[in-house]
Amino acid sequence: MSFWTRHQILEKNSIVLVLGILLVVAIGGLVEITPLFYLKSTIEKVDGVRPYTPLELAGRNIYVREGCYLCHSQMIRPLRDEVERYGHFSLAAESMFDHPFQWGSKRTGPDLARVGAKYSDDWHVTHLTNPRAIVPQSVMPGYPFLARTEVDPDAIADHMRTLRTVGVPYTDDQIANAAADMKAQADPDNAGTDAFTKRYAKAVVRNFDGKPGTPTEMDALIAYLQMLGTLVDFKLYNEKANLR
Amino acid sequence: MVSGSVFFQRESAMPQPSISKTMTTGESGLAFIFAVTAFLCLVASAKALDAPFAFHAALSAAASLAAVFFIINRYYDRPASLPPQEINGRPNYNLGPIKFTAFMAMFWGIAGFLVGLIIASQLAWPALNFDLQWIQFGRLRPLHTSAVIFAFGGNVLIGTSFYVVQKSCRARLAGDLAPWFVVLGYNYFILIAGTGYLLGVTQSKEYAEPEWYADLWLTVVWVCYLLVFLGTILKRKEPHIFVANWFYLAFIVTIAVLHLGNNPALPVSVFGSKSYIVWGGIQDAMFQWWYGHNAVGFFLTAGFLAIMYYFIPKRAERPVYSYRLSIIHFWALIFLYIWAGPHHLHYTALPDWTQTLGMTFSIMLWMPSWGGMINGLMTLSGAWDKLRTDPVLRMLVVSVAFYGMSTFEGPMMSIKVVNSLSHYTDWTIGHVHSGALGWVGFVSFGALYCLVPWVWNRKGLYSLKLVNWHFWIATLGIVLYISAMWVSGILQGLMWRAYTSLGFLEYSFIETVEAMHPFYIIRAAGGALFLIGALIMAYNLWMTVRVGEQEVQMPVALQPAE
Repeated sequence: MSFWTRHQILEKNSIVLVLGILLVVAIGGLVEITPLFYLKSTIEKVDGVRPYTPLELAGRNIYVREGCYLCHSQMIRPLRDEVERYGHFSLAAESMFDHPFQWGSKRTGPDLARVGAKYSDDWHVTHLTNPRAIVPQSVMPGYPFLARTEVDPDAIADHMRTLRTVGVPYTDDQIANAAADMKAQADPDNAGTDAFTKRYAKAVVRNFDGKPGTPTEMDALIAYLQMLGTLVDFKLYNEKANLR
Repeated sequence: MVSGSVFFQRESAMPQPSISKTMTTGESGLAFIFAVTAFLCLVASAKALDAPFAFHAALSAAASLAAVFFIINRYYDRPASLPPQEINGRPNYNLGPIKFTAFMAMFWGIAGFLVGLIIASQLAWPALNFDLQWIQFGRLRPLHTSAVIFAFGGNVLIGTSFYVVQKSCRARLAGDLAPWFVVLGYNYFILIAGTGYLLGVTQSKEYAEPEWYADLWLTVVWVCYLLVFLGTILKRKEPHIFVANWFYLAFIVTIAVLHLGNNPALPVSVFGSKSYIVWGGIQDAMFQWWYGHNAVGFFLTAGFLAIMYYFIPKRAERPVYSYRLSIIHFWALIFLYIWAGPHHLHYTALPDWTQTLGMTFSIMLWMPSWGGMINGLMTLSGAWDKLRTDPVLRMLVVSVAFYGMSTFEGPMMSIKVVNSLSHYTDWTIGHVHSGALGWVGFVSFGALYCLVPWVWNRKGLYSLKLVNWHFWIATLGIVLYISAMWVSGILQGLMWRAYTSLGFLEYSFIETVEAMHPFYIIRAAGGALFLIGALIMAYNLWMTVRVGEQEVQMPVALQPAE
């Protein structure tokens, strides 16, 4: 029986055809994806990466909601010009707590993987409100509504609980104090700032939007932007140990 | 079944034809399910944690009630027995759902092209964002991609697949309400997804942005789609399953697998829109582009190749060029495509071995792609002269040529050194649009130009001259679009890596943004032309349905004996 005659079995039996298709399309994905869950070299061993603070997490959700990832990548490639322009190339470990990942696929605007601490909070407030007030040639939309919208500190604990279920190592302590921590991070005069900075290493406490009162979406988004790429200390990072 | 028996009693009191009229299990069951769904959605709307979720739940309650009304109303309007499978020995094809998808495809197509034109203009003139969150670029861009890929493309695929599977199996579409459930349910998914984007509901996975509840609904609709399609094949009168149906099957089955693999998410609350995806970081990235590239491979390629395999031979009145080539084309294409995802992640934190594997298979993918192109183009042997006289066939053939072009460009861009230049730039956008406008757009237009006269029983199109205008205006639009993006993409990639003689980066980032401006204007102009072409098409199809001459059906008795 030739190959062509044998193929008629598939052409004459729809269920066999469907099973054949399923088998053939399963192989590539299984080979490429499964090892990423168990190969130890997939994610580098790095000190400093921690889950997002409640305010940063709220900011990240705004980043997702407004589709920032459509124009800004968060993935610096190990190419000479990129490393010079943006900083050390991105590590897999730096996004291991990201659900979903925000590597992006397009740079209509610059990469943001290490934008943290590069500009002042004031710069961000002005730029997010009206990008062309600071960068005249910019094509970024303005987001003035962020400063007018408050975030809800009481809602964030549920988000952290959900993230813990999918694998982000939030502690009970962090979840129990989520609402207080969110207020504390945006208010240096808050009594809870010391406890907050103990719970989250390298977290920055500032009044990000410069306005008193409940944190706004502007506070949250800037808190997130200001921490991007700041967790790993590359002076201490051992590149040789993580060669893949 | 309670509602069914109630209707039965009311019916039986009235004068009856020979058989008594009862609700089928499907009718009463579906009406019951929708009634329960309406109630649950109402509760969800009242308890909703955020406004978009409350809106979607209320909308779903209203839609479910409308579905109940539709099912009951349809029951009263229909004769006692369901439509027969055959009339006078010929299959009694079910064309209603196909007409609906043809209409919706045209509607969403124009909407999607229009939103594309708007976001292209926003990139050229950012003031057009108007500082409003609902219409700023970041929210409109998923609306554009979903509207053109899933709304326009999806309706074309579902509609043509329902047509092709019936004709090539010589059997009526399986199910009575099921085909309507598929087409209406799918378009409802689009509505939820699209309004969600405008309200900021997104899980940020490109081409899989809809949140968990929309994903669940799509899963139900998609399973039903597979059952209708497979059910029709199972009752076919032809021993062989026609090649186009293999491609449709691969498209339906694989999209289901991809959808389930990429979207598992845990909602923060069942009464809120926000969820967190189960995958994180690098694994999420890999799942995303395994999905993303195969949305291209199976939605935008395999599905539309099915259209190529049915509509080009039909229109050219020639058989498919090579049966054996189509077998090789089919299996090689679906096997190789699945591997290609990692080329979206070259030089990222994804391990090198995965990147290299992705690149290797992407390059190999060139071969089956061109095998398919050759099979499509060579189907015209002996009928090439028709390209001069039939603009619909010309559209179909040019779409295959664009397919060939973008399936050469794709493997080339998947080579790591090329990708280091092209990635993150407009070159990718140009590449996508040569495939989307040239291949998917044109093959869909060609299929709709064939399908509308067929299903509305018209002798032909209202005007072939208008098809010709559509063809040339749209082609000019595509050429402007893709050449503008080639230039801007390569220019920006080169500017990013340019060094001065002293070893400093030559350009700041914003200088490279400024350099894009003229090309963004040309791109918007190209998009405007493409939209104008589609408007001409909509007018032409509308007039075909409204004033087109009826095809005279030969009475069966006059047919020669076979």
